[in-house]
Amino acid sequence: MTRKQTRLTIILAALAAASVAVGLILFAIRDTIVFFYTPSEIAEKSIKPGTRVRLGGLVEKGSISKLGGTKTQFVVTDTEVTLKVVFDGQLPDLFREGQGVVAEGSPGADGIFVADSVLAKHDEKYMPKDVADKLKEKGVWQEGKGATP
Amino acid sequence: MIVELGHFALVLALAVAIWQTVVPLYGAHRNVQSWMASGTTAALLQLALVAMAFAALLNAYLTSDFSVMNVANNSHSLKPLIYKISGVWGNHEGSMLLWLLILALFGASVAAFGGHLPQSLKARVLSVQGSISVAFLLFVLLASNPFLRLADPPVEGAGLNPILQDPALAFHPPFLYAGYVGLSISFSFAVAALLEGKVDAAWARWVRPWTLLSWSMLTIGITMGSWWAYYELGWGGFWFWDPVENASFMPWLVATALLHSAIVVEKRGALKIWTILLAILAFSLSLLGTFIVRSGILTSVHAFAVDPARGLFILIILGVFVGGSLTLFAVRAPGLKTGALFAPVSREGGLVMNNILLCSACAAVLIGTLYPLALESVTGEKISVGPPFFNYTFGPMMLPLLLLMPLGPILTWKRAEPKGLVQKLWLVAILACAVGLAVMVATQRGPWLAPFGIALGAWAVFGSIREMALRTGVGNVSWSTVWARFKGLPRSSYGTTLAHGGMGLLIMGVIILSVWKEERILTMKQDDRLEIAGYTITYLGEQALKGANFDGLSGKFRVEQGDREIANVLSEKRFFRPGNTPTTEVGLVQGMMGDVYIVMGDESSPGLRSVRITYNPMASWIWLGAAIMFFGGLLSLTDRRLRIGVPKRAAVPVLQAAE
Repeated sequence: MTRKQTRLTIILAALAAASVAVGLILFAIRDTIVFFYTPSEIAEKSIKPGTRVRLGGLVEKGSISKLGGTKTQFVVTDTEVTLKVVFDGQLPDLFREGQGVVAEGSPGADGIFVADSVLAKHDEKYMPKDVADKLKEKGVWQEGKGATP
Repeated sequence: MIVELGHFALVLALAVAIWQTVVPLYGAHRNVQSWMASGTTAALLQLALVAMAFAALLNAYLTSDFSVMNVANNSHSLKPLIYKISGVWGNHEGSMLLWLLILALFGASVAAFGGHLPQSLKARVLSVQGSISVAFLLFVLLASNPFLRLADPPVEGAGLNPILQDPALAFHPPFLYAGYVGLSISFSFAVAALLEGKVDAAWARWVRPWTLLSWSMLTIGITMGSWWAYYELGWGGFWFWDPVENASFMPWLVATALLHSAIVVEKRGALKIWTILLAILAFSLSLLGTFIVRSGILTSVHAFAVDPARGLFILIILGVFVGGSLTLFAVRAPGLKTGALFAPVSREGGLVMNNILLCSACAAVLIGTLYPLALESVTGEKISVGPPFFNYTFGPMMLPLLLLMPLGPILTWKRAEPKGLVQKLWLVAILACAVGLAVMVATQRGPWLAPFGIALGAWAVFGSIREMALRTGVGNVSWSTVWARFKGLPRSSYGTTLAHGGMGLLIMGVIILSVWKEERILTMKQDDRLEIAGYTITYLGEQALKGANFDGLSGKFRVEQGDREIANVLSEKRFFRPGNTPTTEVGLVQGMMGDVYIVMGDESSPGLRSVRITYNPMASWIWLGAAIMFFGGLLSLTDRRLRIGVPKRAAVPVLQAAE
């Protein structure tokens, strides 16, 4: 086996692996990514019921209610538009009124967002950056001060 | 006063690091002995100075000196001692100082134990190492100084984030940093070799122990982080494909590739250019990881910094080192002599496949990590790339890697006979298939891929045992000879067996846990029972809890298997002062075959508590496998051949085998 052949074999193997990798990545990117929206954007873009999205905003004060069992209902707001969310499961430690939250799930046909996972950030000094950015755009969030609803 | 001394020591360290960068390099260029030798002194001096700075900050934490801003923001006088210590690196500024300390420690180790290195190579390695120190010292002094004082010191500190107050996490950053920063040595050796224009077997032998050390540290550091996430976050998972996790995983993947390709350079003199490139990439990914974690472009428990100037600073460091080294590589690499030939089916070929697969897998992780950031900065759209992406991309690339893993160590160098492989591994293949079939029969549910993945894990475990058996001649010679041979094997071959076997256990644990995990979320009142996976769990009620710096609530559960009581376990919710930050303490009953994992939730109505109970089959295998890999790495490191200080560059080959 000559040097050229060895090199060719290696290059072909590398190309094969790379093309498989690229194929998988393209396939996965199309199917697995989830967009991040605020309640306003969900209203504006009229997201079809059943589409998986991440919903971010603040948990509206006084909106948390237990529906019995392990179901909880709350309202997510970006101070302009509000969206009712139901979630069946255990809420994270830092989930509370007036704090940032990210819920992943899909809007239902009845306009209620059905979440299957809810995140509240570990460090309560920060709200999820995604949410903070969106809220900053809307001018209800000031750096270092938190939300001022 | 001590704090100011620490600050001053850091400024002196910068001066020393500049000396260490410039003088030895110029000395190596001009061949001036004393200039080259000054690199050694500078590296040792730098360690002493950075250690002084670190000790000064540590002292400020231990004495709760709240006039130091960093201490006031991150410590609290009520905190237990261990967390006062770990608090030093539980924040952005302090963690960067730890980074520097470890960097200086590694540089000084090369200086102290590298007496056998050719003088010019050593001088250049220390010089490159010095330049990394300069960059990070500047960063710490200009953008992230932990020694800043407060004009108006508070009476009490703000406290360390309570979820970081945990023993596994206290030592997770030092290990992880040792791994990250250890790769800087491989990087410095690669750049020095490019400057010298010489890469040979001796070079590979010098680089390998450092890579092995970093790899071992990364392995245990990542494991500790994952273990912490498993039992402290209370989400029930061990790996979330979070960008911060990926940031530490990518250097691990490339370090693994580097570890394997350096074997080829050492043993066969081939793949030199590729190995140099990998050494550069491994450290570049460490820097990228530091950037991702420390720049504040992500928020997570790791991202302390929200100061854009810091992000920019690290980005510049990243650009200079990655761009500079790759440019040097492009200029110098073509001039390196290429090595020996080999057939596609050979040990070399196997190691090349290992590298190709690991690098493709790393590329998939890189794209999944950076794509959301890139998309956001280009289109402003926010997306999240979650576990499904990585399951589709990373998973399939691990399958061939596992398939090839037992083959690698059995293949012969230069050219191997496929027929010989079949002879050596048929029993292993049958055993692995039997395990897969047994799993398929025993479990009726779950995807068809799961038994296949488990069979692959078993293939790796049995394969590594088989390889050891082949080396020691089990079946061909008497048991006493086998034992004698086993004792006589180089430690690095135990390392290979353990690392490959550990990988197999880990994979089996990961697959079984992901596929057959059982979870129930329910509300329970006192004396309620739940049956899950053959266990009976009884809620025995709750009581208030008081700790040194927290209040809380603890629920008691009895776990029974059949009629046998296994454990009474507490699951807690703690509220840390100051700030009333809640954390979860998982009620965890661990077993070899599976864990029972209990998390308390809210009270949904008086006396009725929401509880999440999970059965995680074979979760322990994940940590066990990873720990075995770590010990494999350490054991290899003690190999006589690699022990730092032993290898010498052969001046002239004295004996050559007759052709």
